[in-house]
Amino acid sequence: MLVENKGWMTAHEFNDLLALCQFLPGPNIVNLCAVFGARMRGIPGGLACLVGLLGPSVVLMIAAGAAYRRFGALPEMHGVLSGLAAAAAGAVIAAAVKMAEPLVRVRLGPEHSVALATFVAVGVLHLSLPLVLLVIVPVSIGFAWRRADAK
Amino acid sequence: MRSDPATLAALFLQFAVLSLFAVGGGGSAVPEMHRQTVEIARSLTDRQFSELFAIAQAAPGPNIMFVALLGHFIAGVPGAAIATVAMCGPSCILACAVAQVVERFRKARWRIAIQAGLVPVTIGLIAASALIIARGADRNWASLAITATTFAVVYWTRLSPLVVFACAALLGLVGFV
Repeated sequence: MLVENKGWMTAHEFNDLLALCQFLPGPNIVNLCAVFGARMRGIPGGLACLVGLLGPSVVLMIAAGAAYRRFGALPEMHGVLSGLAAAAAGAVIAAAVKMAEPLVRVRLGPEHSVALATFVAVGVLHLSLPLVLLVIVPVSIGFAWRRADAK
Repeated sequence: MRSDPATLAALFLQFAVLSLFAVGGGGSAVPEMHRQTVEIARSLTDRQFSELFAIAQAAPGPNIMFVALLGHFIAGVPGAAIATVAMCGPSCILACAVAQVVERFRKARWRIAIQAGLVPVTIGLIAASALIIARGADRNWASLAITATTFAVVYWTRLSPLVVFACAALLGLVGFV
């Protein structure tokens, strides 16, 4: 929309911005939207974009949340929610597998250990995320730094 | 549901920290949200966590809006607003600040190393999210079958996941799960 309909950005600018927001922490699309708005019109522009992107969703979520509190425990809803939750699980597994694909194609190396260690520490052992990241991110960046050396 | 100032302050702090630790995107923060809200605070059950996550996925809008739903469940309307602001605010401020200076570092070796180093961590975190959501969602053969089917459809076809979500909800309605 920003590139094709409105011509507010070139495709190149958009891709650069997207890459930046995928690299930084936090929700990518939300970050992208804030940076875009801030570039166009400064801080008010950034805020306007965020309100536009998130406002309707927050209202929708509040309505959904209220409905969930009210009707979520009803026997009729039980099945619907079970079905939805099971489908959501499948969708996230698919996202995880898609992301992991590039790892399958390269030779076994430290990246595989890092991904596995993160998965076990956070998913199986349920350790604190900030704690795990403070240990594992520097290690992983160190490996990436050495890999860049080897090339 | 409690929306006293102490609960809201705690909620804000938790999500603000998560905002800056969600490497690679909001999805990476799901395991920590689960740890904080289900395991430590016991504000909701495994099952409720997975159900709310599913509702956010099925609804239009960014998937990160799960935080609004979670915030609402824990602390009502103020909770929804505060969780959203806390989850998006810090990372947006960081992104805007970095975007101002990043042009100069595009080819810098440390930037490339950081970016490459975060990729496997993100993969591990999304896999952990998948495990946690599946654990809360799958409790019998029928739900496992729905999970497997959704995986296959999302992974191998271009069909919108929403179609699968709708089918799954219908199957649930007629008592399949």
